[in-house]
Amino acid sequence: MTPRLERRAFLAAAAVVTVLPWTSARATPASMAAAIKEVTGDASVREGRVILDLPPLIENGNTVPLTVSVESPMTVTDHIKAIHVFNEKNPQPHVFDATLGPRNGKAVIGTRIKLGDSQKIIAIAETSTGEFWSASADVIVTLAACIEDLT
Amino acid sequence: MVNVLINVPKTAKRGDVVEIKALILHPMETGFRPGTNGRIIPRNIVERFSATWNGTEIFRMTMTPAIAANPFVSFFAVANESGTIGFRWSGDEGFLAEESVTITVA
Repeated sequence: MTPRLERRAFLAAAAVVTVLPWTSARATPASMAAAIKEVTGDASVREGRVILDLPPLIENGNTVPLTVSVESPMTVTDHIKAIHVFNEKNPQPHVFDATLGPRNGKAVIGTRIKLGDSQKIIAIAETSTGEFWSASADVIVTLAACIEDLT
Repeated sequence: MVNVLINVPKTAKRGDVVEIKALILHPMETGFRPGTNGRIIPRNIVERFSATWNGTEIFRMTMTPAIAANPFVSFFAVANESGTIGFRWSGDEGFLAEESVTITVA
């Protein structure tokens, strides 16, 4: 009886040890909300005006093309000041923060990101008038980033 | 200078909105991956990217480990005068790279 229990206890402990670093080092929907709050403060975030374009099914999470376009005249008095992108389940909630201005003419930016899991991505645009607009996208990742070199 | 790829039209009409693409070779090591010895590989990323048009900053981006290796950025700019578009990347371990291209605005 005792060896069995020991084995069980060992397996349980091993499971805790292997699972813990992951759970503690990951962004969560709550930490994403906190990161968004840091950017927006108490202002309300409305959905719309932002188009977040990335493939819905991702075969390789190491490089995921992502485009954020925001509807804006981009004039001196009315332009997009910043675009922030957040994720839910990568190790950290931030993806990038971009600063724009009337010199950009178009509030469209593209980049390539890493995704560690199937999750929700949120893009938030800040206008020069202090409004916040957002868009979100749910993606499925079949090969997560950061896995291939685990030997 | 070989590790940077910039794509900007050589000429533009005044007032045109031109697309600017910039890519730099960089591992963007996240600092979350264990290496072959089981230890975490220290973080080494490009943290800041900025672009200037004749010295005036037109775009800036703060990156995180969630940006893919060999970070690529595309954005737009109004072509208002001929001159130089400068790019600057900086990050961990004292990483610093600068590149510039010229554009003729008719």
